[in-house]
Amino acid sequence: MKALIEQIRDRAAELLSSGRVDCVIGYKQGTVPMQEQPFFAHTPEDARQLTWSVFCTQNLANFLINRPGKNAVLAKGCVSRSIVGLIKENQIDRDDVYILGIHSPGMVGASKVQERFPGKVLHQVTLEGGELVVQGLDFTEKVPFDEVRRDNCITCTHRNATLYDEFIGEKGEETGGGDIDKVAAPWDALNPDERWESFNQTFQDCIRCYACRNACPLCYCDTCFVDEHNPQWCGKGQQQTDIQTFHLLRAFHCAGRCVDCGACESACPMGIRMRLLTSRLELNVREKYQYSPGLDMESVPPLSYYRQDDPEINSD
Amino acid sequence: MSDKILKKSEIGLLLDRLRSEYRTYAPARQGTSVDWKPLDRAEDLCWTFGNTDMSPKKFFFPQTERLMHFNNDPEAPEGRAMQPESERDFRQALIGIRPCDAKAFRILDRVFGKAESARDPYWQEKREKALLIGLACKDPHPSCFCTSMQCGPHHREGLDVLMTDLDDQVLLTGLTDKGEALIAEFADAPADLLEQAEEQKQEAEKPIGAVANLDNIGAKDLLELYEAGIWDRINEPCLTCGTCTFYCPVCHCFDIQDETQGTYGHRIRNWDTCMSRLFTLHTSGHNPRGTKKDRVRQRFMHKFKYMPMKLEGSAGCVGCGRCVQRCPVNLDVREVIDQMGRAVCPEPV
Repeated sequence: MKALIEQIRDRAAELLSSGRVDCVIGYKQGTVPMQEQPFFAHTPEDARQLTWSVFCTQNLANFLINRPGKNAVLAKGCVSRSIVGLIKENQIDRDDVYILGIHSPGMVGASKVQERFPGKVLHQVTLEGGELVVQGLDFTEKVPFDEVRRDNCITCTHRNATLYDEFIGEKGEETGGGDIDKVAAPWDALNPDERWESFNQTFQDCIRCYACRNACPLCYCDTCFVDEHNPQWCGKGQQQTDIQTFHLLRAFHCAGRCVDCGACESACPMGIRMRLLTSRLELNVREKYQYSPGLDMESVPPLSYYRQDDPEINSD
Repeated sequence: MSDKILKKSEIGLLLDRLRSEYRTYAPARQGTSVDWKPLDRAEDLCWTFGNTDMSPKKFFFPQTERLMHFNNDPEAPEGRAMQPESERDFRQALIGIRPCDAKAFRILDRVFGKAESARDPYWQEKREKALLIGLACKDPHPSCFCTSMQCGPHHREGLDVLMTDLDDQVLLTGLTDKGEALIAEFADAPADLLEQAEEQKQEAEKPIGAVANLDNIGAKDLLELYEAGIWDRINEPCLTCGTCTFYCPVCHCFDIQDETQGTYGHRIRNWDTCMSRLFTLHTSGHNPRGTKKDRVRQRFMHKFKYMPMKLEGSAGCVGCGRCVQRCPVNLDVREVIDQMGRAVCPEPV
């Protein structure tokens, strides 16, 4: 990690001092456990603050949209896949972004760590070898890193950046070790009543903060459908119907585009698992169209392009 | 002001008195969440939580509140006249509220009631009928900074009674007429326990990190601080979601609208957030806070500059630390306050 951090800082400083880019978007050490901050280095001095760790959960592609100037971005697999998607959707100009590709070791799901210490305040969490060292006021415990990686990191299939201008460090193992098909769309196994119950349970804590939407690089509409008022598709209050409408429709808007970066679940302050919806759609698109977003610059996103031989989509 | 002592095992005596008059709520732990729940049994009272995930402001300022309703039928004899909501019983008791959250209510009392011409009856009615029993903090969270925000782990503002946890006993300090009446029947607290409580207060204050003195911000010229270069950088990672706003015990902005379905109609108000692009979008299309920088600057200027100017020095923050814990990009308000205090004003050309 230390060597990678040094390389990131050096390359960022060079890109900035040479004027190749106006800003390098990466991460800076966070002020709370298990979270780093998205950081915007504008000068070679700023670049010394860049860091890299297993707590880099935000999707930095998000910050490239409508960002003027030339920007470099530190892109692990999912971030680079998002950038590919955004280039195809004409939200980012390929010439204006310099991608520092990197291999992702998988990121920590903070709630998974906290769950192991209910009622305890965590003061510091660091990675040492293959373990997280968790420190509280009056305890120090070790937790195997593999077990507390985020769900989407465990089932990831492209941990190396798919599009990059240069690669930081060595390429690593592509897969996270899990099997996405085994865990995707868990609600498919439930009957309609159970499914409805499960859906209600999942979203009952939503406070409409829109952290999920705003953290997602795919959600860049000037006016989101939930904010339209003429006609108003969706109420703004806490009625269950409105909460459910928001999540269902947002998931569908991400169909065929979502790369499962997990930024939504990491951003949610309530710990809501909205990937339960997107995983179903990701599976459908993969099965029907043999397509996964963000892997190359040539393939056309199937849901943006009508073909006469498009597969029938039934309610199966 | 009175100091009484009660064994923790006998806290049921206090709760019985409460529940006879009020719907009583207390923080309850469920897994890793801590939320306000109705309190049924004395055994359920939790003494070891840090603070509730969401603040208790929802008891007086619900996230979605129906203000009035109407018959949306053009043929109706009374027309589409607004009807008031029927009388509701708002006697609510919160036991275990932290001093920071109670102080936040006092700030909001001024926001919602300072101007006689702009009283908010929906807030005030619930507040008048409430009883607040605070629980002093023994183990502040690393993200707490109440001592820098005119508050502290044993702060008394806004409480009717303050409980101090003395292991197998509880010190009850009556702070208002309502509070004193509630605890009148219990035994007076001996002096040594009062000393113990004072020691606990000082121990609790020690680990709380200090942020920049608010006076530094107060001393700066408003427009110069507004134009300072710090905002160009501070705003960058912000997602402009509503997490900080909704978790904050002092944030109070709302949006009112009418909703109809068939012949039913109601006027509701929902929590809103100044972080949203829509917040200041005018019908004309003009938006005075159209950029992210405008909105992020607004949040911190409002809380740490404008509110102290309008409320005789009272900031719009109690240092509870919830936004620090929950912000999805770790935009740390403590760092912003520090930067505001150190900002060079005017900005060199």
